[in-house]
Amino acid sequence: MASYNLNINSKSYTVETTEGTSLLWILREHLGLTGTKYGCGIAQCGTCTIHIDGKPSKACMIEIDSLQDTQKITTIEGLSKDGDHPLQQAWVAAQAPQCGYCQSGQIMQAAALLESNPNPDEAEIKEYMNGNLCRCGTYLRIVKAIQLASQNNLAGR
Amino acid sequence: MKPIIHPMNRRKFLKSSGSVALLIGVSGILPQVVSCTDDKDLHEYLEKHNITSWVRISKDGQVTIYNPAAEMGQGSMTSLPAIFAEEMDADWNLVTVEFSPQESAIYGSDGWGPNGKIMLSAGSRVTSGYYPIMRKAGAQARHILMYSAARHWEVPIEAISTRPGTVIYAEGNKELGFGELIPYLEIPETFPEFGEGELKDPNDYRLVGKDLARTDIPAKINGSAQFAIDVRLPDMLYGILERGALHGARPTLENEAEILTMAGIQKIVPFDYAIGIIGTTLEQTLAARKKLQISWSDAKASGFNSREVFQKYEKIADQPEGGQILVEKGNFKESLRTASKTYRIDFKNDYVYHAQMEPLNAVIQLAEDGRQAEVWVGSQQGFDSKLGIPEALGLEPVKVKINLQYLGGGFGRRSMTDFTTECALLAKQVPGRPLKLIWTREDDVRYGAFRPLSLQRITAAIDSRGKISGFSHLVVGDGGNLVASGIRNEFYEIPNQFAELREESEGIRLKHWRAVGHGPNKFAIECMIDEIALDQGREPVDLRRELMQQSPRALATLEEAVAMADAYGPVPDGRARGMAFLERSGTLSTGICEISVDRATGKIRVHHFWSAVDAGIVIQPDNVKAQMEGGILMGISSVLYERITIENGMVQQSNFHDYQILRMQDIPDSVEISLLDSRELPQGVGESGTPLVACAIANAFAKLTGKRLRHLPFTAERVSEVLQA
Repeated sequence: MASYNLNINSKSYTVETTEGTSLLWILREHLGLTGTKYGCGIAQCGTCTIHIDGKPSKACMIEIDSLQDTQKITTIEGLSKDGDHPLQQAWVAAQAPQCGYCQSGQIMQAAALLESNPNPDEAEIKEYMNGNLCRCGTYLRIVKAIQLASQNNLAGR
Repeated sequence: MKPIIHPMNRRKFLKSSGSVALLIGVSGILPQVVSCTDDKDLHEYLEKHNITSWVRISKDGQVTIYNPAAEMGQGSMTSLPAIFAEEMDADWNLVTVEFSPQESAIYGSDGWGPNGKIMLSAGSRVTSGYYPIMRKAGAQARHILMYSAARHWEVPIEAISTRPGTVIYAEGNKELGFGELIPYLEIPETFPEFGEGELKDPNDYRLVGKDLARTDIPAKINGSAQFAIDVRLPDMLYGILERGALHGARPTLENEAEILTMAGIQKIVPFDYAIGIIGTTLEQTLAARKKLQISWSDAKASGFNSREVFQKYEKIADQPEGGQILVEKGNFKESLRTASKTYRIDFKNDYVYHAQMEPLNAVIQLAEDGRQAEVWVGSQQGFDSKLGIPEALGLEPVKVKINLQYLGGGFGRRSMTDFTTECALLAKQVPGRPLKLIWTREDDVRYGAFRPLSLQRITAAIDSRGKISGFSHLVVGDGGNLVASGIRNEFYEIPNQFAELREESEGIRLKHWRAVGHGPNKFAIECMIDEIALDQGREPVDLRRELMQQSPRALATLEEAVAMADAYGPVPDGRARGMAFLERSGTLSTGICEISVDRATGKIRVHHFWSAVDAGIVIQPDNVKAQMEGGILMGISSVLYERITIENGMVQQSNFHDYQILRMQDIPDSVEISLLDSRELPQGVGESGTPLVACAIANAFAKLTGKRLRHLPFTAERVSEVLQA
């Protein structure tokens, strides 16, 4: 067992765990930040997508030992203050989710996309989102929601 | 409203409420009996008195409606309450929705047949099964409100009407909101029957048939929606099972003592087919699992190779002796004897896996004294709403409380209770402490319960006038209805029909998979129709028109789908379109796809998919479209990529790296759905899209290349082989 300090959603946390434990289990089982989901454990499905210093990352592949307490971790719970990120609004407008399990990861991946490319075309969206699986088949509405958020964002600038 | 038909006194009404939907409100309805401001007290009261509650009203006018179905993305959390609110005349802006208690005697639907009321969210039956129940319950709620207002104002109930959220006495120029009525609420001595004539005319619907924002979506975009895997309780332990890759093999653990010395490991629990570990943290439990040294026995599936099975199935199909006859209409043999031409084609399909995004899991806490248990689970429920848990724990069903959570996908997998039973058996070892069982993705794949592989042999007879006079469909496979559903052709006018099932078990775990046998069976049927049409020099669409002459609703979906595709103009070079028609769960649909194929790699790309659907009365149009879109994408996924293979009885795939499902770069440019107007009762749509895909793609491929795809899935490798053959 060892003790680790983490900065998550602008809050400091200390956790006790064994070396090599994945950040995903820390977020979900230790800290109760369960919006980040477990889907495969091998970075194939994207349900555990979070941001580390603004970059999209798969929490399941990050061992806790590899993190510095200066690194800023953002999960779906910290993406916006009141769940009103332009993507979250667009997700509602497009009525995108079905079962909803993959959607936190989808939104976090899409948020990173719009940060780096505020006006992606359809092919860019699909390429960037290709690592995020949705078994319910909501992909068409996810694309629509990202386009909507992109337009709203640009219009608001 | 007609006068009372079934007189029922108040006491009896309360006691027999299991058979009558009735409304009870917090601090409201029955104020003289129950005046609880606390939900928990109300739930306890309801449990104690065995009273049905479909709705709660609070003083500020908020209306809480119970949803008796699982929510796995199909929208039950919105569609069923909308039906209730429609009849109750509730103000939708003041409606919130909660899962009902999991008590099938009270909240079950009898829409599944003669076995009594059950809670089962499967077979696309939720909407069709609960439509009459929610209508009647909503109408009863409205009646109680109107009755109470009439008593309060001392006027006849006939003078009372409602508008959303409000009861009105127009002549007296009086009105009260539902919440304001609470002090005056009374249960009438008797109730109208609420037959069709006393319910709202569907033409007057203001919620049903309109698009309401789904009530579950706000929680699904900010991480707060709770799935069972998200449940955390004080002092919770973790459970993991190692089940091996050979279904049915018995384990012998070689290093139990060593495992028990590992950090955090509390117990080892042997199962017939697995070794269970209970640990303090998930990471400790997973670490111990990696160290297990297990020797496995042989099992029925030992030696089984799925790639070779079709040779055996062909031999079984060749036998003159039959299995179970499923359809016998006219005289198929005679139609063969008098045929001017006959066709016989075999179609095949491999195992597919559910791949719901949330791996199986459950949380169960057995009380310290072992006398009751509480469960948190995402389940499609089933014939036993207590999910096999009472039996596993040796408890009366009434002592097991199920807290239904959102399901991270179901697709048929979550109507099994293997995982809930496992969790109960682990929890039994640690009374007093909650236990969370998690299946890793590898567990979920290897110990999956697959859609069975099968062989479909279709034989057809053409008479001297060039008409299809006989159609025979022989299925060889495992799992009864799992391979037989969808074998009937009730919408094609073919005078002589025959269908037969020859079962052959391989010892592999099987389960309903979205649309069940419709996927493989409709693939075979619809491809055969195309093959006959083209061989007869006819357009496939014209042959279907002819076959559907007696089925105008089916024909309407065909014509609408054709019009939708035609609106896109001529087919671009290098592409082709193919079609399919089918019935699933009462819904009729025609699908047309437009594809291209990369001849170098064999990769098929679907560019467009159009589908016209007759689902009866549509509760939530946009949600029905979403179900069709998603079903079609899942169909594309399974048809182009998905295959479980078994070698020497062992499942060869383990995760999404070797069991690929559709990714965003491979989705079509568009999927368009058209819903046909209908006043028929609502039918199921969750499974209508998926089985359209295989046949539509295969028929388009034949048009594009002149070659036939007859074995699912159409992986690039298989398509290349077909192109080179």
